[in-house]
Amino acid sequence: MIAEAGLAALWLAAGLAALQFVLMVLALRSPIDVCRAMRGVAVVQGALTLISFAMLLIVFARSDMSVALVFENSHSAKPFIYKVAGTWGNHEGSMLLWVTVLSVAGAFFALLSKRAGERTAIAALGAQAALALGFYAFLLIASNPFARLFPAPPDGRGLNPLLQDPGLAFHPPTLYLGYVGLSVAFSLAVGALLTGEVDAKLARAMRPWVLGAWLLLTLGITAGSYWAYYELGWGGYWFWDPVENASLMPWLAATALLHSINVLAARGALKAWTMMLAVIAFSMSMVGTFLVRSGVLTSVHAFAIDPERGTFLLALLGIYVGAAFVLFAVRGATLREGASFELVSRETGLVINNLLLSVILGIVFLGTLYPLFVEAVSGEKLSVGAPYFNAVAGPLALILTVLVGVGPLLSWRRERRSRLKTLTIPALIGATALAITVILWPGMNILPRLGLMVAAYLLVAGTLPLVARNPLRAPLATWGMVVAHLGIAVALAGMAANAAFTSERLAVISPGESLTLGPWTVQLETVEPAAGPNYTAIEGKLRATRGSGLTMLRPQTRYFSDPPTETNEAAIETFWNGQLYTVIGKADTAGGWQVRLWWKPFVTLIWTGGALIAFGGALALVGRAWRSRRRTSGGWRKERYA
Amino acid sequence: MSRVTRFAPLALLLLVIVALIWRLVTPSDNNVTSKLEGKPVPAFDLAAALPTKPTISSAELATGKPRLLNIFASWCVPCVSEVKVLQALRADGVAIDGIAIRDRSQDVADFLARNGDPYERIGSDPQSLVQISLGSSGVPESFVIDGKGIIRYQHIGPIKTSDMALILTKLEQAK
Repeated sequence: MIAEAGLAALWLAAGLAALQFVLMVLALRSPIDVCRAMRGVAVVQGALTLISFAMLLIVFARSDMSVALVFENSHSAKPFIYKVAGTWGNHEGSMLLWVTVLSVAGAFFALLSKRAGERTAIAALGAQAALALGFYAFLLIASNPFARLFPAPPDGRGLNPLLQDPGLAFHPPTLYLGYVGLSVAFSLAVGALLTGEVDAKLARAMRPWVLGAWLLLTLGITAGSYWAYYELGWGGYWFWDPVENASLMPWLAATALLHSINVLAARGALKAWTMMLAVIAFSMSMVGTFLVRSGVLTSVHAFAIDPERGTFLLALLGIYVGAAFVLFAVRGATLREGASFELVSRETGLVINNLLLSVILGIVFLGTLYPLFVEAVSGEKLSVGAPYFNAVAGPLALILTVLVGVGPLLSWRRERRSRLKTLTIPALIGATALAITVILWPGMNILPRLGLMVAAYLLVAGTLPLVARNPLRAPLATWGMVVAHLGIAVALAGMAANAAFTSERLAVISPGESLTLGPWTVQLETVEPAAGPNYTAIEGKLRATRGSGLTMLRPQTRYFSDPPTETNEAAIETFWNGQLYTVIGKADTAGGWQVRLWWKPFVTLIWTGGALIAFGGALALVGRAWRSRRRTSGGWRKERYA
Repeated sequence: MSRVTRFAPLALLLLVIVALIWRLVTPSDNNVTSKLEGKPVPAFDLAAALPTKPTISSAELATGKPRLLNIFASWCVPCVSEVKVLQALRADGVAIDGIAIRDRSQDVADFLARNGDPYERIGSDPQSLVQISLGSSGVPESFVIDGKGIIRYQHIGPIKTSDMALILTKLEQAK
């Protein structure tokens, strides 16, 4: 009954979405007052999808093998948390999660967003319903998550063991919240293009959604990067895999949008550009979903791959993004740009930020799809790897990071009392850092060297917006910006340190033998079989010593039986100055074992930085919400857009 | 904004969609083919998995007739359903040898008693060493080996009823 209830709720929600869309069309054609009704419909629609998703959670938690999806993706012997995570660890479940987040976001928009103009809000709610409608159709026609199996099989087929990891429990839902949070920005942009009300008010209505989605994307990407780092056993944090790019592209667009929205909110400028970015950001979410789900690109992340579903998703992508682009092309001409600004101003800074981010986005997009174009034209197979992305996007990202220190010091419209002089100190610190790297490590590559320099500079420059005023009286949003910008410096320092200082050893050694690596001596003590709840493993016992310090590490190679898969479980020890990363590989017939060791000084700064960036976003979100509440409840201070 | 800039995104989208449709229509071949195919079985000499059954070594695999070498384990769930298919193959006259991976003698005996026994000979590979040298990463996996002891085909995952025809063809080709 539970599965049927879930399916019924989904059908009802789809019906309401259709109603919501029709109401929008009626309301925009003639002045009928349907706003309240539409908000109600949106809220009920969101609640119904939530119920539907809860039902799917229940059948997974109970291991109800009469539901085909549970049979295919779960197993009664699986730890409970992975049974729950199995709900979205598959195609149908993750699409249901997607549409749930989409319509719940729509419901929250209906409830909370009184800031956009009424007609724009109606149009946006209609656009949101149209988005949801396509995904409902997708689920109900092409991939019903609640389909039954008769007779019910005795047990399930399991879940891809690579995905059996706590990371899976949080990483995809976080990313989805981010992806789909951008849908509201998309709908608002489409709504505003329909009604022609592109103004500061719209920007302020859009901003919390972009900020929230961006912050979740940041968290999701950071967590995903750490997950790939320790789960794949390859010792890297970013592989430029199409699936990774799929989440990076919306993030880049959202980052650009976040900054251009501020220009629109404060100065009424960059109207068309901001609308374009709002459309592109969500389009990138859809492109990402498509790339991951269709199997069009070869990736190390083997997810549900199915060309038929790919066709459906591609059709949705074409319809939504195509419609938005047509609307943009037709209505874009009527948008009048707002207040003008001089060459040296905050606006110019933000325009340059946007240009750089867009170029990086273009590079990633091109690099991801280029092999496809080449094969389509010449039939030649090739892959674009990390060297391309690092070489092309790296320098641009460094330039952007330098400007991150400059932008916030500029004034809106034109420079009056210039604060740029204060940049002398951070510039000196950056130069000192550069000199130190040249003296201590003459052989270091150029990119990591510049990375360390820029990180040192930004670590100081990033705090300047607070230094000039009393930090305690600065708005929370300013604090958020400063923390996020410092996060960039920290993450950059981690990346540069990883590139410059990582030492690696791969050797075949027998128990009793040892290897040296950086400050470490690592001895292989024993290799023994081990067993987990649903796998067997070979476990190496490694004894790592540094000075008088001693650490035991136990990397494993795990064999999952159902489906048959082998995974490497790296053993990682974290110290204040870095991580020791160990992997045990295959045996040779002479009794030796492949042992792979990495010493990665300060690598944890990468994820600390990511967390700081997200935390900065959270501060800004709370600060903005708090200020707007005070403003609407008859605030005592005059509105400022600093 | 000029007409060109306004319509550029739309044009780009169309281009991307055309490329994606092309790829959906002509999916690329991602099948993994084993590097060991066409090469002789790596040298090994295993202890018997059961006291009642002979064991195998690499030298004894070259018997002049194609054989199926099956890697299995009593703790492996898909192996349970695969045994039935292997028995059907055996009924068709296929000679099948087994290697039990990280298993105990008693567990193997129980497994065969419960599910049926298609094997002529079974070797025991308690530390996966032979499995690894065969380039196999999980259980079950099967190898078609020709009369000269050369690997002709590697089947990853359980042999299902629907795979029987394929396996028989591969054995026929290995003659």
